[in-house]
Amino acid sequence: MSVSPPGDISAPERYSPLAELIKTRLREFFREPGMVFWVFALPVLMAVGLGLAFHTREPELPRIAIVNQGPMGLSQALTTATNLNATLTNEAEARRGLRRAKFDLVVDLGGALPVLTRDPAQARSALAQIRTEDALQRAAGRQDTLQFKVKSVLAPGNRYMDFLLPGLIGLNVMGSSLWSVGFNLVVARKRKLLRRYAVTPMLRWQFLTSYFCARSVFLIAEMSVLLVVGALFFGTILQGSLLAFALLAAAGAASFASISLFVGSRLDNTEVANGWVSAVQLPMWILSGVFFSYERFPEWLHGPIQLLPLTALNDALRAIFNEGAGLLAVGPQLAVLLAWGAAGFIFALKRFRWG
Amino acid sequence: MKPLAVRCRSLIKRYGDNIAVNAIDLDVEQGQCFGLLGPNGAGKTTTVEMLEGLHPVDGGSLELFGHSWGDGHDHNMRQRYGAQLQATELADKLKVREVLRLFRSFYDQGHSVPELIEMVDLGEFQEQYFHTLSGGQKQRVAIACALAGAPELLFLDEPTTGLDPRARQRLWAIIENFRESGGTVMLTTHYMEEAAKLCDRIAIMDHGKIIDEGTPRSLVDSLGLVQFVEFETQQTIDLPRLTALAEVESVEQRGLTYRLRIGRDLNALRVVLVDLDQQRVVPVGLSTHQATLDDVFMERTGRALLGPTQTGQGAQASVPRATELAP
Repeated sequence: MSVSPPGDISAPERYSPLAELIKTRLREFFREPGMVFWVFALPVLMAVGLGLAFHTREPELPRIAIVNQGPMGLSQALTTATNLNATLTNEAEARRGLRRAKFDLVVDLGGALPVLTRDPAQARSALAQIRTEDALQRAAGRQDTLQFKVKSVLAPGNRYMDFLLPGLIGLNVMGSSLWSVGFNLVVARKRKLLRRYAVTPMLRWQFLTSYFCARSVFLIAEMSVLLVVGALFFGTILQGSLLAFALLAAAGAASFASISLFVGSRLDNTEVANGWVSAVQLPMWILSGVFFSYERFPEWLHGPIQLLPLTALNDALRAIFNEGAGLLAVGPQLAVLLAWGAAGFIFALKRFRWG
Repeated sequence: MKPLAVRCRSLIKRYGDNIAVNAIDLDVEQGQCFGLLGPNGAGKTTTVEMLEGLHPVDGGSLELFGHSWGDGHDHNMRQRYGAQLQATELADKLKVREVLRLFRSFYDQGHSVPELIEMVDLGEFQEQYFHTLSGGQKQRVAIACALAGAPELLFLDEPTTGLDPRARQRLWAIIENFRESGGTVMLTTHYMEEAAKLCDRIAIMDHGKIIDEGTPRSLVDSLGLVQFVEFETQQTIDLPRLTALAEVESVEQRGLTYRLRIGRDLNALRVVLVDLDQQRVVPVGLSTHQATLDDVFMERTGRALLGPTQTGQGAQASVPRATELAP
């Protein structure tokens, strides 16, 4: 063991403090399996789960029971109708089925006139009645005088998954920014690590910048995962420019990182920090249109809701993702994000405590 | 006198109504190892952390290398000292080599990472995560971080608290190496032995004040040429009679335990033993030792390990009340 005298420095090697700080942030993250799960796996699981639950599918056909077949042509018209699910059965079975909502309508073709039995409280039985009448009339020789052209709106950009995916990306940007910046700072303060940094010549701005830089790296990874999962499993396609989308997400991440910096600027108790991070997130989980549109809230609430950072981020991400909007078109939302970011950063610097 | 690395005059720190540091003066010469010795809560850590620039000063003046905090040289001052703080945990999920590289990057100049690892003898652990290290190994990493910028001045706050004797020896060796290369050290400790071994100069702190200061030798010698005798006994001792002996400077009693301060020669011990024999007192577990810094601390604070002190010949010998003795 030997110590060189002060001033006699043998090695002129030089490391970049900013690069070392960023590497430290990344290592802290990737070596913590819990963090990796929350940031990457959770949103994917959520996307898949919600996607399966709300997967767009054909509505179920009205189910009818046919008793006493009667003339061959009529019952055949019903069993071959593509918009009906018809079953041939006996009267007792049909009655029981109607009672149990197994059938929406019972058709008796045995008499002089067909008899349709339905439960007026069931909306689907009305649909079943209309379709049955329609099929029977055509089989009896009715000619339709007017032809229609029907268009399906199941194009990309209009389905629930298209609404959900940008919302999940926004939600993820918020969650991981809040946890990885603010919470991390509180833990470091609690462990007295911040004090240790404060007695070195480390530049304060480099320390804080390292959090923003590390966030951008995670952001690219998080966003890519959700975009790829969405495209592969649900066919969600980014309509606008990827660059605009990424820049907007970065603005969102920076904004939430600043808010998070503020949340973590003084606390040294992880439980309290936990509560604050959740308190910041929870209202926006509900209000900011992640899982359902905030249009469902009363009209007078829309203004305040649109001033929330997650609403701004989600609205703008959806405009780019589903409508192919450019950055200029989402200027108001960008302004909201930047305002929150600037306010968070300024107040965080004022309040920040190392010890 | 060599130039001063640290200079404080009437330094004050308050926490609410509590005065943590009460108008202390300190001079630490360059190249010196200066020890702040005292019990927990004496104000040692607060003093050192004010010197490090962690806490603002509430009164008096403080200079590090001739500069005060906030007069425009802060960054430069931080380049010139290294610090090991009390109870700091470094990043768990970093490897030893990575921690040192991070801290080294903060300094304009300093030792290379391999040099640092060699200095604290952690070569075989350099690829291990910090949280897998033992207490002694962690403390060596902490010291290596403090040495990263090849500092002129090293602050060590209770560097060996909680370490086993072997780990303590290793840390002492590292500190002594730094001393030999011309570095200045300021350390706090509540281990008298550590202060005696490492320090050129010691200030004894208690309740925010410096109650004595000097070299380890001069502090011990200030007690006079004395030794201490300790024993227990079930029998009642005629304390005034014992205290009246010319060879006995003072007697302290706590419960069944007695502590006598007597002259340093063998005859003094013989006189005491004869007197006890005449009183038909059988001393159990009798031991004697030369004066140490522990004794200096007890003398100066009056709050001795053995309870209230009865000093001086002819002092009123009263049996201390039990309530005063409760720890």
